[in-house]
Amino acid sequence: MAARRTTKKPNVSKDELLHYYREMLQIRRFEEKAGQLYGMGLIGGFCHLYIGQEAVVVGLEAAADEGDKRVTSYRDHGHMLACGMDPKGVMAELTGREGGYSRGKGGSMHMFSKEKHFYGGHGIVGAQVPIGAGLAFADKYLGNDRVTFTYFGDGAANQGQVYETYNMAELWDLPVIFVIENNQYAMGTSVKRSTKSPSLWERGAAYGIPGEEVDGMDVLAVKAAGEKAVAHCRAGKGPYILEVMTYRYRGHSMSDPAKYRTRDEVQKIREERDAIEHVRDLLLTGKHATEDELKAIDKEIKDIVNAAAEFSKESPEPDVSELWTDIYADAAPQGEAV
Amino acid sequence: MATEVLMPALSPTMEEGTLAKWLVKEGDTVSSGDILAEIETDKATMEFEAVDEGTVGKILVAEGTEAVKVNTPIAVLLEDGEDAASAEIDSSQSQQPVPVNKAQSSEDSPAAAIQHPVPAAIDAAPIEPDYPEGTELVQSTVREALRDAMAEEMRRDEAVFLMGEEVAEYQGAYKISQGLLEEFQARRVIDTPITEHGFAGIGVGAAFGGLRPIVEFMTFNFAMQAIDHIINSAAKTLYMSGGQMGCPIVFRGPNGAAARVGAQHSQDYAAWYSHVPGLKVVQPYSAADAKGLLKTAIRDPNPVIFLENEILYGRTFDVPKLDDYTVPFGKARIWREGSDVTIVSFGIGMTYALEAAEELEKEGISAEVIDLRTLRPMDTGAVIRSVMKTNRCVTVEEGFPVCSIGNHISAVLMQEAFDYLDAPVINCTGKDVPMPYAANLEKLALVTTAEVIEAVKAVTYR
Repeated sequence: MAARRTTKKPNVSKDELLHYYREMLQIRRFEEKAGQLYGMGLIGGFCHLYIGQEAVVVGLEAAADEGDKRVTSYRDHGHMLACGMDPKGVMAELTGREGGYSRGKGGSMHMFSKEKHFYGGHGIVGAQVPIGAGLAFADKYLGNDRVTFTYFGDGAANQGQVYETYNMAELWDLPVIFVIENNQYAMGTSVKRSTKSPSLWERGAAYGIPGEEVDGMDVLAVKAAGEKAVAHCRAGKGPYILEVMTYRYRGHSMSDPAKYRTRDEVQKIREERDAIEHVRDLLLTGKHATEDELKAIDKEIKDIVNAAAEFSKESPEPDVSELWTDIYADAAPQGEAV
Repeated sequence: MATEVLMPALSPTMEEGTLAKWLVKEGDTVSSGDILAEIETDKATMEFEAVDEGTVGKILVAEGTEAVKVNTPIAVLLEDGEDAASAEIDSSQSQQPVPVNKAQSSEDSPAAAIQHPVPAAIDAAPIEPDYPEGTELVQSTVREALRDAMAEEMRRDEAVFLMGEEVAEYQGAYKISQGLLEEFQARRVIDTPITEHGFAGIGVGAAFGGLRPIVEFMTFNFAMQAIDHIINSAAKTLYMSGGQMGCPIVFRGPNGAAARVGAQHSQDYAAWYSHVPGLKVVQPYSAADAKGLLKTAIRDPNPVIFLENEILYGRTFDVPKLDDYTVPFGKARIWREGSDVTIVSFGIGMTYALEAAEELEKEGISAEVIDLRTLRPMDTGAVIRSVMKTNRCVTVEEGFPVCSIGNHISAVLMQEAFDYLDAPVINCTGKDVPMPYAANLEKLALVTTAEVIEAVKAVTYR
């Protein structure tokens, strides 16, 4: 691997590195498989792949504690896998099957897991931002010391509701971490073509929200920044902004010809800054693992992803009666209160 | 030349108020900008300033007087050298009331005396009340009923909280949340910045997070800024999550035309929200229904659009005195039984429907009047049963005519009761125009009782 930027030996355990490697690789292989299934016509509609951005969610999940919440937009497969949702259930939702997290009724963009505190999966750019602040509002109201990771992209960062939310989040000291996943392109529009702001996280200053820029291709840097943000929120100091600089290798969605950037640009980042290669490099050069050990992990991940793909093909389509269910929740028995 | 100081209209819908306190006495010299009196409207206590300078010659209405009609002379202002006894009053030069609202609410705009075309409350009681016979009834305004419903539910369930613009310290732009801050504190009664899109989204997130938010929109006109969260985030999530995660939330506030507030503040959204699966939509008319339905809405595990009406806030009705009075969704109420025609309405439309029915009775036409109360789910069964009896139907609403609630009822009747119809259904609606400001045009733009009467005569071939 040419010109890797990290040469210093980080203070990190073998187990931790192996965990990151495994988690990031699972997301990448899962997304590659999803792309393949899309090509086969098994996945329909929109499918936004997370390939290239894996270190963002894996690093931040490493900073999260049990009960912390997360909410994101429609490029959400990585977030779901990173918070521990079952790859089978995610893949089966992509194929629109009964075994999917939303029983096939949500699709790629709309999955939820109350058990894993994953609150979607939202298809309207920026809409998840006040929702994330609302989740944090609930935790504060209930007196928990939980935090909510609210992910959005550089494109969503130009939506007005983001700033409405910044204002109230800081006003009410909500324990919410705003994670701007800056992958440089809002669909086909580069950041430079959509704003003259030199950085996106600095916009928080107008509302009194601290933040920082983070190298999103370095999972250790992401984790460290995440821990700092979590500590800020848990201390009752209100929201924090992380602008995580990352890159998506694939198109915006499956139908994106990606004419807005050169092949060389993508290739250069893959070769020089890939987050998985970075950890692989640390494992090998630090003598934490051998090539064979890593190969064994690759194989293990491949098996998990293949099993998910198989499940997603075999799981039946939802029963036609599902068309008419889950439109309204039944009224709860009277008399219960939080 | 002496001038009369008139009782001012201090809100778009104010027709009368209480002269709470005089801050000047006879013989005092006042100049422009001096505060003359404190006047209590149904919404707030406001200071009333002098426009001209002069000497207070005579106070015509004593402090503490209630129900002083707008434009009643309340004092006489004398020019230099005049004395009260000899003062000649030139009514044509009466001092025009120009109130100044210190709080600068967007809703408390100065307004001249207003006669909203909505008919006065009809002395009618529902045929089938939702409470046991013999229940004690107390008089309550719709405003008080809504407040009581929220207070009762907040006492009952710690997860219920109220958020919106001016709901806490200001006590509500329309005084619906009066007293709630004092009882429930700032944790549960939360003033928001003016940021509908943002706080609607925060409310939805809080509901996902286990709370039961009541989100007040100062008016539903402003909810247009938040409609993405109402529909995409609140209404659809239960379905999109395969039933895992719902959104128990109430979006409430005044809806429809108030009086003389122009096109952007005068729209009825009943049909808009009723279109959307995943939402429940409520539009009460009476205070009892406002209370019982709001309590049901707060307990409902789904997003509920609760459409109130500013004109109805001050109307008084009988409300059953019960510890826990709720009204079920999806159940219409028959206000008046009749045999010749069914008039279907909801919300403020009921005032036209009931007034028309009373007038028609004098002409020997017996109208059955149905209040839908909830628009989604809609009790179409009640309408069909009534039409099977009367064979004729007129619908009444203030909203726009295209794709209206009345259009939907017409379609349902055509599909479900075609053989029972002896005449085409007529939909009485607001006109297909943005709301004009001019008093005469506004009156024409709204549905009128005369139009309802005319429609009934058309369907009964009279």
